[in-house]
Amino acid sequence: MLPHRSGTAVLIAAFVTILIVSALPVRAGGSLVMYCGVQEEWCRAVSTAFERETGISVAMTRKSAGEVYAQVKAEAANPRGDIWWGGTGDPHQQAANEGLTIEYKPANLNELYDWAQRQWQEARGRTIGIYSGALGFGYNEKLLKARGLPEPKCWADLINPAYKDEIQVADPNSSGTAYNLLATIVQIMGEEKGFAFLKALHKNVNQYTKAGAAPAQAVNLGETTIGITFMHDMIAAAQDNPDIKTVAPCEGTGYEIGSMSLIKGAHNLENAKKFYDWALTPAAQELAAQNKSYQTPSNKNTPLPKLGVDLSKTKLIDYDFAKYGSSEVRNALLKRWTDEVKNQPR
Amino acid sequence: MNRTPRVLAATGLLAYIALPWYTIENPSLTSYPFGDEGTALGLAIMGTWWLLPLALPLLLCLCIALRNRPDESCAEWLAVLGFVGFAYLLAQGFAVGLHGWNAEWLNALFGAPGPKQQGMGFGALVVGVALLFLGCRGLAGMGWCRGDTFIVSSIGAVGMLLALFVFYPVATILTSAFTDDKGQMAIAPFVEKITDSSIWGLKCLGNGVACGVAWNTIVLAVLTAFASTTLGLAFALIALRTKFRFKAPLRVMTVLPIITPPFVIGLALILMFGRSGAVSGILFRTFGVVPTRWIYGLTGIFIAQVLAFAPIAFLVLVGVVQGLSPALEEAAQTLRAKRLTIFRTVTWPLLRPGLASAFLLCLIESMADFGNPLVLGGNFEVLSTKIFFAVVGAATDQSRAAALSIVLLLLTLIGFAVQQLWLGKKSFTTLSGKGDPGLLMPLPTSIRLACYAVAVPWLVFTFAVYAIIFIGSFVKAVGRDYTPTLASYEIAFRVEHTSFGWFFSGSAWPSFFATVEIALLAAPLTAAIGLLTAYLLTRPDFHGRRALDFAAMLSFAIPGTVVGVSYILAFNVPPIEITGGALILVVCFVFRNMPVGMRAGTAALAQIDKSLDEASLTLGARSLTTFARVVLPLLRPALTASLIYAFVRAMTAVSAVIFLVSAQYNMATTYIIGRVDAGEYGVAIAYSAALIVLMLVVILLIESLVGERRLGRRPAMSNVAAAPT
Repeated sequence: MLPHRSGTAVLIAAFVTILIVSALPVRAGGSLVMYCGVQEEWCRAVSTAFERETGISVAMTRKSAGEVYAQVKAEAANPRGDIWWGGTGDPHQQAANEGLTIEYKPANLNELYDWAQRQWQEARGRTIGIYSGALGFGYNEKLLKARGLPEPKCWADLINPAYKDEIQVADPNSSGTAYNLLATIVQIMGEEKGFAFLKALHKNVNQYTKAGAAPAQAVNLGETTIGITFMHDMIAAAQDNPDIKTVAPCEGTGYEIGSMSLIKGAHNLENAKKFYDWALTPAAQELAAQNKSYQTPSNKNTPLPKLGVDLSKTKLIDYDFAKYGSSEVRNALLKRWTDEVKNQPR
Repeated sequence: MNRTPRVLAATGLLAYIALPWYTIENPSLTSYPFGDEGTALGLAIMGTWWLLPLALPLLLCLCIALRNRPDESCAEWLAVLGFVGFAYLLAQGFAVGLHGWNAEWLNALFGAPGPKQQGMGFGALVVGVALLFLGCRGLAGMGWCRGDTFIVSSIGAVGMLLALFVFYPVATILTSAFTDDKGQMAIAPFVEKITDSSIWGLKCLGNGVACGVAWNTIVLAVLTAFASTTLGLAFALIALRTKFRFKAPLRVMTVLPIITPPFVIGLALILMFGRSGAVSGILFRTFGVVPTRWIYGLTGIFIAQVLAFAPIAFLVLVGVVQGLSPALEEAAQTLRAKRLTIFRTVTWPLLRPGLASAFLLCLIESMADFGNPLVLGGNFEVLSTKIFFAVVGAATDQSRAAALSIVLLLLTLIGFAVQQLWLGKKSFTTLSGKGDPGLLMPLPTSIRLACYAVAVPWLVFTFAVYAIIFIGSFVKAVGRDYTPTLASYEIAFRVEHTSFGWFFSGSAWPSFFATVEIALLAAPLTAAIGLLTAYLLTRPDFHGRRALDFAAMLSFAIPGTVVGVSYILAFNVPPIEITGGALILVVCFVFRNMPVGMRAGTAALAQIDKSLDEASLTLGARSLTTFARVVLPLLRPALTASLIYAFVRAMTAVSAVIFLVSAQYNMATTYIIGRVDAGEYGVAIAYSAALIVLMLVVILLIESLVGERRLGRRPAMSNVAAAPT
């Protein structure tokens, strides 16, 4: 028998009350539900700034781009989110192709850089660039000197046998960043030569990580000497560890377009549109650099981050987002990479 | 017939008339009782015609109950009306969807798009519960389970819950393994996916190519389960059968890994043994051992998993070692057997069921583990991470994820089958329930030394790992700059005093409060359902017991990622629309963690003689009273175990919750993943350290609240009393 009857009854009553309260639908709470695909700090700064500006309360959830895509897709029959802000462009493009998001023409479209406008046109208005970041690599100078290795400057340098087991990059099957690299190499060198390069690189790679930015952390901790990531990830890590040097490859490089989409069937469509317009203003885009994210903002009037990569000075390739974002090309490239590169002995 | 059916029918009818039928998006009561907040009656009048037939069974039941004639035909009517009404309630919910008919044949039959409706709300909930219990009441009246209403209703409720929250979502995702992009049935792609060489490839034998992911998973799981069981046995023997001096640290070191959030052990191992790790550095400077990346891959995951799962094996085995009756060993001693011979021929065979369950538990845990392979995997891939990235990766393919999940599920089931084969039908009973005199025998010297040799280095190692975690939370940049600072705690747990009062401005607070709330809600529910199921599985005899058992274990064996996605697919749309809040997380935890309470409960119930409840029943107490006043107090250790397990799991689970968290209810673990992603290891570690302390406090609190089992005065019983479960 339980010792204190009345006490137990009070406990049970309290418990049931909490349970009922928690069972009440909560989606009414936020008048804008935002799925955020960038770093937590930036997400938080953006949602509070929008709240302050408009008085619309924002319910923000941070997830990786792939996770947001999986969630938006799973929820398609009855969407919970209103706006999907941030994260690499491929899953946004995929969602646009599958009709999970809707078209919208922002007020200040012509203030944006060409790459952002072009992406918007290619996606028939269903997704728009909010920032972009170029691929590159970084190295831990201390480790490089300790091992007496030369400084890499170009993609071609990375297949130097001296770097055996010193390079880390993500697995394109799990990471959008690494798929971006795969597509970039194919576009720079052509498919056959590109795969020859990737096979040679394979001999130097110590690990294919799951997440795209993980190699930057490994360079920071000294677990690998060289890491291939987006340059802004490497720059962010360099803020923490001055030994990290970031390199823009001499042959030119590909880039991602961090995007934003309106979710089809959004419960708070009007607020989502307000956010959409606001997120493309310089005032909103400035928040990135203030929160340790050094991507290039898509509005021409937004000042470039001092620490960031000036895309106009980096040699960028003419990345074909429509072609390399399509499921057929992607699946074919990934299959070839898995068979001919990843599954080969090192 | 007592007044229960009357109360049930009246409540159901009242809910039908007065409670809002659907979930309410913005509670305002402006349109009550007709529009969005309409009651079933109000809506039925206004044109929601398919709700009208529901009134019929409720009304008829009330009439029958009011007539108050206690005969069997009356009970039959109740059973038929209750279950037909309940079935209709479900059928209309699944047939009429958010955008019209939910099935093609309904469109063909009645024309597209058909009527629409939202998810069921409180009104539907109360009506459904009333109808279900009326039906159960009727069955009991017909003499099912000896006419015991409590038992029949419990079976009905538990069965219904398992069907809704285990079978239904799992079926939803498994069917997606057999469908192609357009939603058509497709067997050939499924066969192709499930026999893929990336799963079963064996090219690794010989050259340096990676093995099929299924083989990786099996090898890792078997190695981990073997090592964890060995360590667990060594710990259990040391704790119970030796005069080891450091039993208190042993106890702490065996609890800590269970309450450690994921990622942290892996991170600590990297900080120690990585290429730039602390230990690697010392080895390089003193012995010139060039640091390599050996920690990434099978070795690293293996070490991390053994660290995490050996304590689980210990908890299982400590109960078994304690439960061994010394009488048999004493008998052997009387016959002049040597101590080692006794251990080999008496003690060891009796340990087999315990070893088998510990091994199986570690095997399943290892196969479902997600955090350690993610951090330490290197190029070694296992099924759980592969499934996760099949869902969220650059090449999303849900049907491949489902196919991989089927492989994982098969491996788990094979594990169960092998365990059953090994144990066979032998009897391992040593507790007769009649008191058990005799003294525990000390271990033979050789076995004792072997135990020490295995356990002591491991204890030191565990201690070092936790020292790194603790230190890591108080330094500037863990792994690089060991200047002491409180910065990590400040970022996560800052509290400011403003003019409005205390303001929790630390970035970790929202997820911290949400996690605590959910865990506190989930733990008692998990324990209650788990113990009730255990009671149903051991005491009354009814058809479908094995099905119930299997269903309950199913949710335990399915990988978290699969559960997460299946919950969104199943519960984001009407009729049961509970995503986006706390409820879905609570439900998910309850049904994922319930099997442990159930197992603990069945084990404990097996030790309690049935004559105790029979005595209570003979004296005229009802089953509910017997359960509450005789069985439950004897189940206190099982209650403690399941409460603690449920609480801890709700705070440390990752893969299932990634898809279920929402803005208001973000969980601590998803927050920690975010920090690890961003490379803020300090904050991640500080948060984990805070969670570990919190969980320790709650565990102590649960232990003191639930209290010990109070058994009779016979001192010989103390042997049974102490047996944890």
